Amino acid sequence: MAAIVQAIGPPTSLSQPNSTKFHLFSRRSLSERKGSIFVGRSDGKVINGLSLHSARGEKLVSHAVEAKQDNAAATSKAGHELLLFEALQEGLEEEMERDPRVCVMGEDVGHYGGSYKVTKGLAPKYGDLRVLDTPIAENSFTGMGIGAAMTGLRPIIEGMNMGFLLLAFNQISNNCGMLHYTSGGQFKIPVVIRGPGGVGRQLGAEHSQRLESYFQSIPGIQMVACSTPYNAKGLMKAAIRSDNPVILFEHVLLYNLKEKIPDEEYICNLEEAEMVRPGEHVTILTYSRMRYHVMQAAKTLVNKGYDPEVIDIRSLKPFDLYTIGNSVKKTHRVLIVEECMRTGGIGASLTAAITENFNDYLDAPIVCLSSQDVPTPYAGTLENWTVVQPAQIVTAVEQLCM
Amino acid sequence: MALSSHRALTHLRRLTPLRRISTDSTISIETSIPFTGHNIDPPSRNLTTSPSELMTFFHDMALMRRMEIAADSLYKAKLIRGFCHLYDGQEAVAIGMEAAITKKDCIITAYRDHCIYLARGGTLIGAFAELMGRKEGCSKGKGGSMHFYLKEKGFYGGHGIVGAQVPLGIGLSFAQKYEKDGSVSFALYGDGAANQGQLFEALNMAALWDLPAILVCENNHYGMGTAEWRAAKSPSYYKRGDYVPGLKVDGMDAFAVKQACAFAKEHVLKNGPIVSILPYFSYTTVSFSYHGSLCVRLWFMVELPFTKI
Repeated sequence: MAAIVQAIGPPTSLSQPNSTKFHLFSRRSLSERKGSIFVGRSDGKVINGLSLHSARGEKLVSHAVEAKQDNAAATSKAGHELLLFEALQEGLEEEMERDPRVCVMGEDVGHYGGSYKVTKGLAPKYGDLRVLDTPIAENSFTGMGIGAAMTGLRPIIEGMNMGFLLLAFNQISNNCGMLHYTSGGQFKIPVVIRGPGGVGRQLGAEHSQRLESYFQSIPGIQMVACSTPYNAKGLMKAAIRSDNPVILFEHVLLYNLKEKIPDEEYICNLEEAEMVRPGEHVTILTYSRMRYHVMQAAKTLVNKGYDPEVIDIRSLKPFDLYTIGNSVKKTHRVLIVEECMRTGGIGASLTAAITENFNDYLDAPIVCLSSQDVPTPYAGTLENWTVVQPAQIVTAVEQLCM
Repeated sequence: MALSSHRALTHLRRLTPLRRISTDSTISIETSIPFTGHNIDPPSRNLTTSPSELMTFFHDMALMRRMEIAADSLYKAKLIRGFCHLYDGQEAVAIGMEAAITKKDCIITAYRDHCIYLARGGTLIGAFAELMGRKEGCSKGKGGSMHFYLKEKGFYGGHGIVGAQVPLGIGLSFAQKYEKDGSVSFALYGDGAANQGQLFEALNMAALWDLPAILVCENNHYGMGTAEWRAAKSPSYYKRGDYVPGLKVDGMDAFAVKQACAFAKEHVLKNGPIVSILPYFSYTTVSFSYHGSLCVRLWFMVELPFTKI
């Protein structure tokens, strides 16, 4: 059981956990660390608070911007730069080339090239049957994809906007999620259901929905959310190769992000979270677009002397509790920043999971910043108010670390 | 009902040991009522069969009937829980369809799936074990009455939500067109599910891409507990396809069903891979219905499948 005990004066170290002492320090104040205090750790090591801060000073500033993935940088210095939607397209094309059973179906994916250009150029190359333009009938073309998957095809079903997949909820829940179980394992459903969701630029309430909160309870499916070109391509490829039904959540506002990705083939683990920025003071868990709001807030936080650890959870179902747990054990404070609604969102499930598994490591209650429980307004100013902004993240970290 | 099944059994006992059936003679028969077509020329009423085929039909239909009656007793004894939708009275559809197709063709249906599972090659142990939640069941006891599947013999279930199996069936035919293996898919649904929107969505897509799909409506004139005339403005389900050809078939006559299914398969595949393959829509009348919780029974129709054989 780890606990950091802060005391002004002689160092104290906890050799064994003491529950009464633990209660006295329900909230650790990091502002105290700026003074001449000693930090005692449960492993007996004592660190001079001042030197801790100043020694870290240089390191903190250099971590202010988002750290590139170590594996991406290490494997190839060369690489090619592209936008997120191009990365998705590249992943899709590589998998279609690799396996003739992979096909795409959705509205405007073929001749139009995809409403967000993810399937651009695929229909002329692979034909109209493999890149199928469907009528506006989400319920039945999702069902059709699932039926095709029952025989061994590997369809990728695109919802033009995730919100439209609400019409296919029955097919996704009952057939996609449950057929493997109810058939006693006879059928595998290797579908990938993907599409853009989330709050865009004044798209209105019905086109700004976050479906991850509705789908997360469905037994039998896996959910991942991409946030960078690197993980978009990797997750797309992994999802297509997986024999399980995977829902890949993209975000409307992230399609034009530019990044350099490796030339060689790679996939990302579907169940792994991504360490965006290692830190010591607080664990910030986020995914998709909110990652960028968090990183923006991280710059401000670093300038104020905080050292947040930012983790992009990526795997929305199941959670990567290994990475998250290690982080919680290190920092003892958790802030969840998400775009889902407060009620019944991913943050709510994550809060429950962390509390159940790592309650003893927490020095403070988990703070969850989510969107307001209202339909997303059309007016830009109102829309911004319903979504978590970097300033709110900074305030939350300051209060959490107080 | 007990009388007719008793009579059926004594028939069976009398025929098999005492007299050997000649397998080489052919018998010409005529279906009881002619087919009615919508946007298509219906097949002929005349077909040939053989004594061995007659015996197989009779044996299998009797087996199915006894299985369903036994399931009924088990359900009443609370050894089968939840839902138990029985197929007794509709056996002719399962038998006739199976006789016309191969194991590469796919069948998918809603929750009235016990006999189709059997017709496709399932075992009685697999069926009863599944109904009673045992691991020797066809779905390892995890599915129950509404989730019988047999992947290797082309039976795709077994679905609880009515209507949802029709888009799945279109997906099966999409895969068949994709793999170009010359097989067809039969998507069965009831007259209740005929009013589902996803059915028409699926029909539109199947017609658009010429998928080798045959949609079969098993009409027992009841959708859940509501009579057909109170739920459907137009009970001519075979005409509901509009631009898609339709065929009305007597579902109590196994040979009519066999003739119709063979005709449908040929029609759907006949035009070759380049020219469009038309999906198909047929309507079979089944006059007997037993709903687990509703107990609607038209007993006088029960005998008919057997007496026709």
